[in-house]
Amino acid sequence: MSRQTRSLFSAALLGPALLGSVRKLDPRSLIRNPVLFVVEVVAALTTVLFVRDLIAGGADLAFSGQIILWLWFTLLFANFAEALAEGRGKAQAEALRRTRTEMTAKRLTGRDPGPSGRAYETVPGTSLRVGDVVLVEAGDLIPSDGEVIAGVASVNEAAITGESAPVIRESGGDRSAVTGGTQVLSDEIRVRITAAPGSTFVDRMIALVEGASRQKTPNEIALNILLAGLTLVFVFAVASIPSFASYAGGAIPVILLVALFVTLIPTTIGALLSAIGIAGMDRLVRFNVLAMSGRAVEAAGDVDTLLLDKTGTITLGNRQATEFRPVRGVPELDLADAAQLASLADETPEGRSIVVLAKEAYGLRARDMAGLNATFVPFSAQSRMSGVDLDGSSIRKGAVEAVIASVTGWPAATRGSGAALAYRPAAEPEASGEIRAIAEAIARAGGTPLAVARDGRLLGVVHLKDIVKGGIRERFAELRRMGIRTVMITGDNPVAAAAIAAEAGVDDFLAQATPEDKLALIRGEQAQGKLVAMCGDGTNDAPALAQADVGVAMNTGTVAAREAGNMVDLDSDPTKLIEIVGIGKQLLMTRGALTTFSIANDVAKYFAVLPAMFLTLYPQLQALNVMGLASPQSAILSAVIFNALIIVALIPLALRGVAYRAVGAAALLRRNLLIYGLGGVLAPFAGIKLIDMALTALHLA
Amino acid sequence: MTLNGWMQIALYGALVLALVKPLGLYMTRVFNGERTLLSPLLAPVERGLYRASGIDSAQEQTWLGYAGAMIVFNLLGFVLLYALLRLQAVLPLNPADQAAVAPDLAFNTATSFVTNTNWQSYGGETTLSYLSQMLGLTHQNFVSAASGIAVAVALIRGFSRASSRTLGSFWVDLTRATLYVLLPACMVLTLVLVSQGMPQTLRPSVEAITLEGARQTIAVGPVASQVAIKMLGTNGGGFFNANAAHPFENPTALSNLLQMVAIFAIGAALTNVFGRMVGDERQGWAILAAMGVLFVAGVAVTYWAEANAHGVLAQLGLTGGNMEGKEVRFGIAASALFAVITTAASCGAVNAMHDSFTALGGLVPLLNMQLGEVIVGGVGAGLYGMLVFVVVAIFVAGLMVGRTPEYLGKKIEAREVKMAMLGILCLPLMMLGFTALATVLPAGLAGPANAGPHGFSEILYAYSSAAANNGSAFGGLTANTPFYNATLAVAMLVGRFFVKIPVLAIAGSLARKPTLPASAGTFPTHGGLFVGLLVGVVLIIGGLTFFPSLALGPLVEHFAGAAGQTFAAGG
Repeated sequence: MSRQTRSLFSAALLGPALLGSVRKLDPRSLIRNPVLFVVEVVAALTTVLFVRDLIAGGADLAFSGQIILWLWFTLLFANFAEALAEGRGKAQAEALRRTRTEMTAKRLTGRDPGPSGRAYETVPGTSLRVGDVVLVEAGDLIPSDGEVIAGVASVNEAAITGESAPVIRESGGDRSAVTGGTQVLSDEIRVRITAAPGSTFVDRMIALVEGASRQKTPNEIALNILLAGLTLVFVFAVASIPSFASYAGGAIPVILLVALFVTLIPTTIGALLSAIGIAGMDRLVRFNVLAMSGRAVEAAGDVDTLLLDKTGTITLGNRQATEFRPVRGVPELDLADAAQLASLADETPEGRSIVVLAKEAYGLRARDMAGLNATFVPFSAQSRMSGVDLDGSSIRKGAVEAVIASVTGWPAATRGSGAALAYRPAAEPEASGEIRAIAEAIARAGGTPLAVARDGRLLGVVHLKDIVKGGIRERFAELRRMGIRTVMITGDNPVAAAAIAAEAGVDDFLAQATPEDKLALIRGEQAQGKLVAMCGDGTNDAPALAQADVGVAMNTGTVAAREAGNMVDLDSDPTKLIEIVGIGKQLLMTRGALTTFSIANDVAKYFAVLPAMFLTLYPQLQALNVMGLASPQSAILSAVIFNALIIVALIPLALRGVAYRAVGAAALLRRNLLIYGLGGVLAPFAGIKLIDMALTALHLA
Repeated sequence: MTLNGWMQIALYGALVLALVKPLGLYMTRVFNGERTLLSPLLAPVERGLYRASGIDSAQEQTWLGYAGAMIVFNLLGFVLLYALLRLQAVLPLNPADQAAVAPDLAFNTATSFVTNTNWQSYGGETTLSYLSQMLGLTHQNFVSAASGIAVAVALIRGFSRASSRTLGSFWVDLTRATLYVLLPACMVLTLVLVSQGMPQTLRPSVEAITLEGARQTIAVGPVASQVAIKMLGTNGGGFFNANAAHPFENPTALSNLLQMVAIFAIGAALTNVFGRMVGDERQGWAILAAMGVLFVAGVAVTYWAEANAHGVLAQLGLTGGNMEGKEVRFGIAASALFAVITTAASCGAVNAMHDSFTALGGLVPLLNMQLGEVIVGGVGAGLYGMLVFVVVAIFVAGLMVGRTPEYLGKKIEAREVKMAMLGILCLPLMMLGFTALATVLPAGLAGPANAGPHGFSEILYAYSSAAANNGSAFGGLTANTPFYNATLAVAMLVGRFFVKIPVLAIAGSLARKPTLPASAGTFPTHGGLFVGLLVGVVLIIGGLTFFPSLALGPLVEHFAGAAGQTFAAGG
């Protein structure tokens, strides 16, 4: 956050933003914002009148000149806010654009795009068409978006993710998508181009961060209607005043009517509305998430249900051994010893975790495999076991049924002979029954049982457990306070899923989930009017990603997944979904807060402008000058200046966003209503009074 | 201010609150088409009416169908009433031989009664035949009120229904509102009022010889029946020109109290109907609480302003408050209370001369109407008017909880905001626009009786009253002129239908949406926070627009009066 704050007004951004704020005075661009357009119309009108008075000679020219000046400043400040918000994205886009123009591609010309054909021609990256196949060798930039069809390579994706550690991209599977502009560091791959020129990922990213493709979101449209409506209300309020004044036997100068009008219409939110939207997108980009539309960001704030994959999001990717459960008659130490020996050469995370547990729980040190004269028996899909053979003894660990099957064929005479055992293990059928019982208990608790046997004797079961990520329970509690329901998606059986769900504290789970189940779940939630967010990376996630209101595709995922989602997470971190929701909420809150503030400001402005305006008609109305403003001119000028300066004062808030806290809607509303509602009523009283004192001191009015 | 005065006000509040739940339950059952106490008696009548008019009571309408039916019905009602007024001279039940009503006055009066405004440019006993009063005005008193209730019920259904294209049937709602709610209540109230000495007769005026020997014509007529519906239906059109200040139209303190309760009874109970239909009575109470806060504040200001002599009045040696234009049998408290009630609701009956109120005392009734009469309001109209403000309040503040704003499980989106703003916009346009016109045109300037800010207030009050469909007059303004008759009629039409139609559009759009279950992320709308928010939005968005006009009218008059300054008559 501090990094952001500092860069908010950095010199590199200020220059272009200042220029941009003048350029944006063009009425053709301002007409998209009804409030500002109206301000420009009245500012232009009063300027023309001022010039006329200047030539013809009129009274109070210094006063009207200052008002007009501040009207134009109001517009410039509003434009500045938008230009500044855009500027931050533009700098990023510029860097992206540079990489794109420099690229060339090695387009394969042979009929066979496979490993054999190496004939290629060098063409500019921008001339590639969908379906072209290019060769990318170590050191080359990948010329456009595509899918790896052959080979495996480490790729530096820093250009888009900012993360310098290389990632692996290979053909087939869920890591086949590559992005134009990233660099192959080692090996070579063949890439089939999947994006047409101008619609690549980088192109879209440039358009997004520049705000060029920003369309108004549904809430923004509704807010614009409200603001236009309020502007119209104040047109009626101000336009009727000349008649009222003539009834009272006087006239009100146009400049005063314009001043009242501009201070009353919601210029503050009108000025900052588009900056808030751009800044929201920008915040996501800084967070390494690309939203394909502002609508998606807004929808993120509205999400009711969050679908989260168990593995990688809720639990660590790997299971870990947490317990040794021997059968009756077998000491735990023996089971631990056997399991450790069987796992010493097992490089899988599960195997390593068994060694770690044996050491931590029983002080069994890792032994040198070579010294034991041991041979490692690797896991195979047929045996569904792995193990070790040493000194005539054989230890196996693996799927419960596989291990039981392996011991039933063991000759009874040699059973347990490989090692001197000081105990009499239970008879075999009894032991297998017990093993099954333990295994079932472990499975019910959400764990994975791993049976261990030594020389045909069943020793017990290792409890492998899904490890729930640290702090995830608190995150879910936080989500619940936000009113968001979490649903865990897993391929596990319902019993195991229920146990993990309970441990992680999710609200619901979907066990043995197929892609169709996911899709059905999303549709079911949506039928109740709920908004659903999910993330995914595989091609089979694509339908669900497309169906979800917020579908976050992992950058490591397949092209299909990335096309289907409306956001792409460049870091491929599924837990980010939670932060994305927070950013969406922040965007909506900032809009609401500044709208409330803007409308609440009107109370004080009336008290500043009205008594001054009607002074010549009814001096009695000075009683309404509750702020004790020095003179009618200083009062009106102060209100106009406050109205302009408040825009500048609120730019940091608009760009940074109102802080979101997961405290529940009621508490959040109370807090924001107090700050922006009540604060919005009171702040201008103080602000206008201060400006009035300054103006009087400077003899400006 | 006296303890007695405040106790009268508290008693009034308690009576209204006591009626909310039972009446709310009864009306909920009526509009849900369920059996009620009166069903055995009225159900056959209801069925007969549908059969006679060829209505299929099971046939529901979309919002457009509902709005269309409402407009056609009101249009026909207007034509009928206009014809009746123009032809009354040749029609029966005209013992006083009243002449045909002039075209501009007939247009104004027909509009006035069809829109539930009951603005009276005419003097009842000097202009209208009994037939015009009974068949024309009393009839419209019933159906214009029922049509307001129907629109409110349709809007409630918009909130309570999920994924539905229809809002119910206008014909059925209209019939039920009249048959089950207004008619029985009026019958009871009429009898009670008669017991208080109110005339109910078709005989001609009574000729009397006064003590001085002069001949006096004492107007009588079917008064009680019309007074009952004028209050219960928040119509306000009096049988007599002096309205509820006339001894025959409001004979006793009890009749005064009952009339005041009758004004608020149905409007307040509709908030309970709302709560019941959306499945959470607290939602209804929250709306009523917001209305209550605004109401009590208004009563306090008016009572305080009337009960104390300030500024110029004090300098003139006046003590004990301002009794000018008030009936001695009601006193200051009941007059101030009546004035606030009648303008908070869209009734417009008056038991005192609002024109004679102090500047601030007169400001409150004016502001009540300018807020759109959302403080209990006209039957139906008050609730739907308040719900329009709810839409705006929820939209602005709801964003602050970080979600697309929702109310009762319905997302508030662009269409609802657009329609709500349309409904809100038309009031300042009519009130300020026509006042601006009248204050520069000679035809308009000829109207007010007083000079200076008070004259301005008279004009502003007239257009505020018309556009808000109140119908009460500040008095002092000569409004029976072609200019005022025409412009006031336009204000009444726009103020009625340009609110009703957007409201039905909102209802239609809401009904189509699914209802989202509430969660911890949903903005709670039944607590004090919401009530405070709603009051703030009503005052800032509804009220601030009128600040300049109020400053130039009652406020300047108040400050000038406080400084001991008066404005010369004439001019």
